[in-house]
Amino acid sequence: MTIDEIVGEIRDGMTIGIGGWGSRRKPMALVRALLRSPVRDLTLVTYGGPDVGLLCRAGKVRKVVYSFVSLDSIPLEPHFRAARQAGEVTTTELDEGMFLLGLQAAAWRVPFLPTRAGLGTDVLRLGADIRTVKSPYDDGEELVAMPALELDVALVHMNRGDRGGTGQYLGIDPYFDDLYCLAAKRRFLSVEKIVDTDDFLKEGPAQSLQINRLMVDGVAETPGGAHFTSCLPDYDRDEAFQREYAATAKSEDAWDAFRAKYLDVSEADYQRAVKP
Amino acid sequence: MSTDTTRTGPATRAEICAVACAEAWRGDGEILANPIGTIPTIGGRLAKATFEPLLVMTDGEAMLVENILPLGVDDPPKVVSGWNPYRKMFDVVFNGPRHILMGATQLDRFGNQNIAYIGPADRPTAQLLGFRGTPGNTINNRTSYWIPKHSPKVFVEHVDVVSGVGYDRAAELGETAARFHRLPRVVSNLGVFDFETPDHTMRLVSTHPGVTVDDVVAATGFELATPSSVETTRLPTDEELRLIREEIDPLGLGEREVPS
Repeated sequence: MTIDEIVGEIRDGMTIGIGGWGSRRKPMALVRALLRSPVRDLTLVTYGGPDVGLLCRAGKVRKVVYSFVSLDSIPLEPHFRAARQAGEVTTTELDEGMFLLGLQAAAWRVPFLPTRAGLGTDVLRLGADIRTVKSPYDDGEELVAMPALELDVALVHMNRGDRGGTGQYLGIDPYFDDLYCLAAKRRFLSVEKIVDTDDFLKEGPAQSLQINRLMVDGVAETPGGAHFTSCLPDYDRDEAFQREYAATAKSEDAWDAFRAKYLDVSEADYQRAVKP
Repeated sequence: MSTDTTRTGPATRAEICAVACAEAWRGDGEILANPIGTIPTIGGRLAKATFEPLLVMTDGEAMLVENILPLGVDDPPKVVSGWNPYRKMFDVVFNGPRHILMGATQLDRFGNQNIAYIGPADRPTAQLLGFRGTPGNTINNRTSYWIPKHSPKVFVEHVDVVSGVGYDRAAELGETAARFHRLPRVVSNLGVFDFETPDHTMRLVSTHPGVTVDDVVAATGFELATPSSVETTRLPTDEELRLIREEIDPLGLGEREVPS
């Protein structure tokens, strides 16, 4: 598939899970394709990075389900901050571990998973409508019942993939991308490079095959598709570009110029524009 | 990058704070020491290099490392003893053997902590980090706090949002739910604190050299328990100073967080 064909499957109001973590291995080419599309009113479910900031700034987002939104080397995501502080998006605020259990519950098709995380905090008070459950066993312990985070669509980015939908990560951290896929009705993978299935084990060990084709409905080859987030070992985060992006939160003119140069263009033109 | 390994002279405030942070892990033995921020990281690595050699520490990414890494130096040699990507970190968090030392935008007298946002939930005046892992940390693991700029804006009567669980809220949960909750220590640029009072409110343990009890009280926005005898925070030993200056923080990054 192409990234635009993938985004063509996304409808207004859908709940979209986005893989990666902060400003690391985000499916940015798919996010840019979403920015070019007419889709709106999205609910984003993600360990958030610039994916959230860009989609909020472009007015695509109704709700964000998150435990943080960060650019890592720049701790606070400026466009997400602006959208929150202007009251433009609603939120479900979660603990990082609760978020993991929400994806896991959806992946395992159970309504919730119990955890101690969240007890005693305002996570249980804030719009999230998260309830507790009493253990049916002799301990009788009261625990948080983290509800399943069911997704309409999952978007993830991997280092390598084949046409059948197997995905391989070659960095040091798998993040939670397989869980996003298992939690979603429709699952799409972008990859730095499509390889022959025979060649996977030349690229990395069998345990680097994090995503299997049971979990994936479509694959797009998008070299540089995680830029400007990191996609190690293929490339590190583009810190200079990230600073340029973050600075666009300071003025309308800077945002307009950034959008015209990098977002209102095709992915191929974007990649040409960011290559030194 | 040039390294400044020629720092001499008496211990700086930053170095005293780092040692006070290191002391948070004293007696912890074989657990994951998880410092977040510059001074806590210097402290954690110092504790492992000296009195708590069994501490398990990460490289700040996905590896567990056994050697003492220099702060701010790209790609230092690493003795890797484990793989601990984000996914597996939650195994440690939920399983328990972990003592985190992290920051707080607001902290109240019971140790309720906020890093999420300031102001109303639907339209905060300042969106901060979000809850991150703090709810899970505080209910599952020992959690200490580091405050680089002690002020009434940080040490507040009531936090706007509770992301980390304090002792009053833990007590409301009951003994079973709160059985892993413990806030051993708070370190600021002015002093060291704990919650070892009958109602678990914050207590001044020591002031750093040159800081008076009145300085601390004036910079604290709630009524602080101040025992009649308050010690002075201990100075780093010569060996601790050498380790900080030559091996752990050769670039002097601690000085940026707590200037002399």
